[in-house]
Amino acid sequence: MKTVAVMDYGMGNLHSVAKALEKVAEGAKVIVTSKAEEILAADRAVLPGVGAMRDCMAEMKRLGLDQLAKEFAQSKPLLGVCVGMQAMFEFSEENAGVECLGMLPGKVLAFDKSMTDPDSGERLKVPHMGWNRVHFAMEKHPMWQGIDDGAHFYFVHSYYVEPADPELIAGFSTYPHAFTAAVAKDNVFAVQFHPEKSQSAGLQLYANFLNWDGNN
Amino acid sequence: MTLAKRIIPCLDVDNGRVVKGVQFVDIRDAGDPVEIARRYDEQGADELTFLDITASSDDRETMVHVVEEVAGQVFIPLTVGGGIRKVEDIRRMLNAGADKVAINTAAVFNPEFVKEAADKFGSQCIVVAIDAKQVGDDKWEIFTHGGRKPTGIDAVEWAIKMVDYGAGEILLTSMDRDGTKNGFDNALVSAVSTAVSVPVIASGGVGNLQHLAEGITKGHADAVLAASIFHFGEYTVGEAKAEMKKAGIEVRL
Repeated sequence: MKTVAVMDYGMGNLHSVAKALEKVAEGAKVIVTSKAEEILAADRAVLPGVGAMRDCMAEMKRLGLDQLAKEFAQSKPLLGVCVGMQAMFEFSEENAGVECLGMLPGKVLAFDKSMTDPDSGERLKVPHMGWNRVHFAMEKHPMWQGIDDGAHFYFVHSYYVEPADPELIAGFSTYPHAFTAAVAKDNVFAVQFHPEKSQSAGLQLYANFLNWDGNN
Repeated sequence: MTLAKRIIPCLDVDNGRVVKGVQFVDIRDAGDPVEIARRYDEQGADELTFLDITASSDDRETMVHVVEEVAGQVFIPLTVGGGIRKVEDIRRMLNAGADKVAINTAAVFNPEFVKEAADKFGSQCIVVAIDAKQVGDDKWEIFTHGGRKPTGIDAVEWAIKMVDYGAGEILLTSMDRDGTKNGFDNALVSAVSTAVSVPVIASGGVGNLQHLAEGITKGHADAVLAASIFHFGEYTVGEAKAEMKKAGIEVRL
């Protein structure tokens, strides 16, 4: 039986992630755990995350999940969600600067709080909260299978990733400028939005993850 | 702009049952929050808000089970308000599957609670609910206890302070309009929405679909919340979105 491990470091959305995975699991086993042996024994893993980067990194390190996430992605598919995605990069501007996992080249930047809508001139709110369209940059990636290019996904974040290598970008959204909504490299796929809160498109993404063997 | 404006049906829950009469033509149990949540999800609701109006705190555990049930079946954001007074209350709701909690009275009596909550769980899950009444020209005051108790606090200043303390969103209800079906107090919504950097949800007074659109076009809200127009089957969420789209508003269809 396939097993997917949701890495537990006490950060908010892991139960929602697990519930969404269970919904589409069809025989696969979903476990929520911080135990190294359980994670390493799983076929695939999810690195979730919400809240402040400083706290997320501190908890990941305390539990040894920082090294584990890197090790895991060497051989098996790893899905990063929201802060879990941001943590995969080298550095975040949040909390006056936080060193991150460095699995992917690039950094995490704050949305400018004085952004305005180019059409209406209205102030754009931060956090970027709600349903926004995601456009594919890698339309053939197996993780996008069955999902429409331009489908709405649910976002809630004040920071966004800027990959050093644009080739990593698997999908983007606009607010008001284009920003990275999804990245992919080898066994890693990571999304800024919350698939577990994105209704049918989000569930499809999790279903795709359960069928994806990495390395695309 | 591609970020859609949100439509949020609101359910008042008393001891695990939805009150204020929800009527769908083919619903089996009109008081079951799970069944109602599923129905709104199918109609295309962008989020759901549950307000726990249970009088006794002993019965609050019931709400935790409701949230757990809904979160296992409905995969859109869930906000829970009512009786959120301690960090432990927030933790319980988030662990049950809520994405955000709405803090109302507790914020007024102890603003530091908002700071503490945002610090612990992140601003993205802390909604501050504000009940305001007009007290003069372009002047609104905060009321607590379901609009019964005045506080002397100016609504716009309060919203700014709450965002400063870490609120990630403001749920703004006009006590003057609530239940009237005369539309949002768009002057109030606009005053708050343009004063703060975070999203504002307009609430109170929706009687028809045009009112929802006006909350966006006139009130400059980021999301609109309504209860009765959806509960009584007058309109579906889908019809509301079609109306908003006609008004030139970006919605998720």
